[in-house]
Amino acid sequence: MSVIGNTSLHFTEEQAMLLDVAREFCRNKSPIAAVRAQLETDSGFDPALWDEMVALGWAGISLPESCGGSGMGVATVVPVVEAMGRGMLGTPLVSTTLAAQLLLRAGGASRFEGVLSDIAGGMTATVALLENADWGGAHLGCSIGANGTLQGTKKYVADAAAAHIFVVVVAHEGAPALAIVRAEQLAASAIRPNTLIDQTKRSASVNFTGVTVAKNDIVTGSAVTTALRDLLLLGALLSAAEATGSAASCLDTVVDYLKTRKQFGKLIGSYQALKHPTVEILTAVDSGRSFIYHAASLVGDDPLDKDAEIACRMAKAHATETLLYAGDRAVQFHGGMGFTYECDAQLYIRRAQWSQQQYGDAQHHRKRLASLLLD
Amino acid sequence: MSITEQELNDFRGQVSAWMKHNQPADPGFLLPQTFMEVGDERQLEFLREWQHKVWSAGYLGMAWPKEYGGGGRERVFQAIADQEMRRHAVPICFNVIGLGWAGPLIIDIGTEQEKARYLKGILSAEDIWCQGFSEPDHGSDLGNAQTRAVRDGEEYVLNGQKIWTTMGNFAKYMILLARTNPDAARKYDGLSYFLSPMDVPGIETRPIRKITGEYGFTETFFTDARIPADCLMGEEGQGWKIAMQTLQYERGAEAGAAGGLAMIRVTIDDMIKELKDVSRDGEPVLDDPVMRDQLVRMIMEEKALALGDRRAHIGPLTSDYPGSLLLSHKLRATEMTRRMRQFAINLQGAAGGLYVGDDEARQGGFWQRAYFNSFSATIGGGTSQVQANIVAEHILGLPK
Repeated sequence: MSVIGNTSLHFTEEQAMLLDVAREFCRNKSPIAAVRAQLETDSGFDPALWDEMVALGWAGISLPESCGGSGMGVATVVPVVEAMGRGMLGTPLVSTTLAAQLLLRAGGASRFEGVLSDIAGGMTATVALLENADWGGAHLGCSIGANGTLQGTKKYVADAAAAHIFVVVVAHEGAPALAIVRAEQLAASAIRPNTLIDQTKRSASVNFTGVTVAKNDIVTGSAVTTALRDLLLLGALLSAAEATGSAASCLDTVVDYLKTRKQFGKLIGSYQALKHPTVEILTAVDSGRSFIYHAASLVGDDPLDKDAEIACRMAKAHATETLLYAGDRAVQFHGGMGFTYECDAQLYIRRAQWSQQQYGDAQHHRKRLASLLLD
Repeated sequence: MSITEQELNDFRGQVSAWMKHNQPADPGFLLPQTFMEVGDERQLEFLREWQHKVWSAGYLGMAWPKEYGGGGRERVFQAIADQEMRRHAVPICFNVIGLGWAGPLIIDIGTEQEKARYLKGILSAEDIWCQGFSEPDHGSDLGNAQTRAVRDGEEYVLNGQKIWTTMGNFAKYMILLARTNPDAARKYDGLSYFLSPMDVPGIETRPIRKITGEYGFTETFFTDARIPADCLMGEEGQGWKIAMQTLQYERGAEAGAAGGLAMIRVTIDDMIKELKDVSRDGEPVLDDPVMRDQLVRMIMEEKALALGDRRAHIGPLTSDYPGSLLLSHKLRATEMTRRMRQFAINLQGAAGGLYVGDDEARQGGFWQRAYFNSFSATIGGGTSQVQANIVAEHILGLPK
């Protein structure tokens, strides 16, 4: 057996169609000026745009038809998220998709038909998981009592201010469990927004103390553990898809500048000191796209297998480093202009710093890959 | 006529059985990993005999036309034969410049006469081919080639010098890029392409001792060497175009190669296997967290290459920068190989300092030699730096 392992890469007609539509959508509806217009708003996105995305069916791509979704699986969300990353379009699509996947995998479609149908219909959702900054650490300090009352605060909750539904990871009799909380159950001061390095993104600390959850809205059992493991991998994959898209448009931004900016009487793109690192960005983006669509080929509705785990981790480890490099070089290659807020390079370098911390950075995943591949 | 799965499976079994039965015994001397490492007569004769045997059995040139020594079959058969050769780790089919570059070129654009004269000898290994592109002063800048070819009646007179001629001292023919018109407005338009004999008064070769201490290349000197005028391929002035087409075969961007193993591929699995018993800080090196991280990076790099080869054929996923994966392949693959081999020495501890000839060198110094030889791929066929320029200009559209 080769350590290179599974190298399948399939791209379905549905994926191709959605990639096309989503890229067109982002180009037309969310040009960079529109992205910038959202940098300082509370929610970070235009609700009308989200409604359009819902109308296109994107909130339900990965959900079964019985819940109002299109039943195409999470693999088919990947091209949409890649396109959104390319357009730097921050909406609750990723957080909502992941929350829905967690519920679906832990509890099943029939049990959560109601809430999953709400999500497919555009109700935003998010997972409340982290309690500290360590993606590899323990996050079960938040607990649920016998009477269904929650105790504890979750941190770095993506799109918390916009979320209608929270899937809260809690300890229940010492084991991981999920509690479904509606936004209206939260106290007025429960959500404390973060100031993020990436202004196209939103997250917050959310205090769930005192919220009481109905028995039907609590999920326990061993399926929760498997679903949580898969959530981390799918989160890594979707983060990788988004980061790879962002790296691709960062590359376009660099290439455009290198073709138009003159110094010392020459277009700066003619200097090899700039040319060669730009080719490195290109080849890294190329590998990144191969990794995310390879991983997409391996993730189905069933619990993820070892090949899928390896693929998701590789996708994230690679995408993170690619965007860090691309964003970093984009600032440098824009010279003095690159040091300004006005230059779009800042969007990418900020996205890079934020994105690397989503669902584990490159070292986090390589450490786990080492065990998967070498032991 | 479509080929059935059954036919392909049967064929695979047949090749596999043949390879197993005919796998040569260890000759007692180190065999070349690539065609650029054929350093002496023993190696040459061993490899010539092996290639002849593979061809005689019908497993080489399977998709080349039957009338010129080929098999006249679909390419898929050769692909299967190649896979089986790799799986059985048999020696290389070393006449690579003929099999992989000159041969497909002649098939695609050669005259009837050229096909009849050259193709069969390439396959049978009777005629070794070499390439005369690079010159001492114009390593990566082919367009500047200065070796002269002057028409004189029914002959061309050659003067000049080529370098890095792989197997120049063994070759019967050379694909040669020479300048027929020094006054052309564009330097490229003054070049012509020849299928030149090597056994001609005035053509001399001098072996070059490589960084590894071994031989494999020559310098080639032309001093008033006269070759028949019909050695010209195409017309005068088409040399650049034909040379570029040759590079397409060389870089694997254009199909048509006769097949056979061009090199013994050394994979990351070979490296990991070899390191199982190496210790670091008193523990197995494969348990060392820093080394593990490096290894994972390399595994990912190699996997990305394999995945890229697949994605290159998926239209909707290659529309941003079409050709990017194919054109950057040599750059990515050769640089990865170089780094991997360097790391393999790094992992050996103090034994990393030993070399071929030392009894205690790991695998006889295989990795040390392989690392040095890997530069032939990052430098030959256009250095990595030139490759990066090509990708920047042709794919990203950056200015020259």
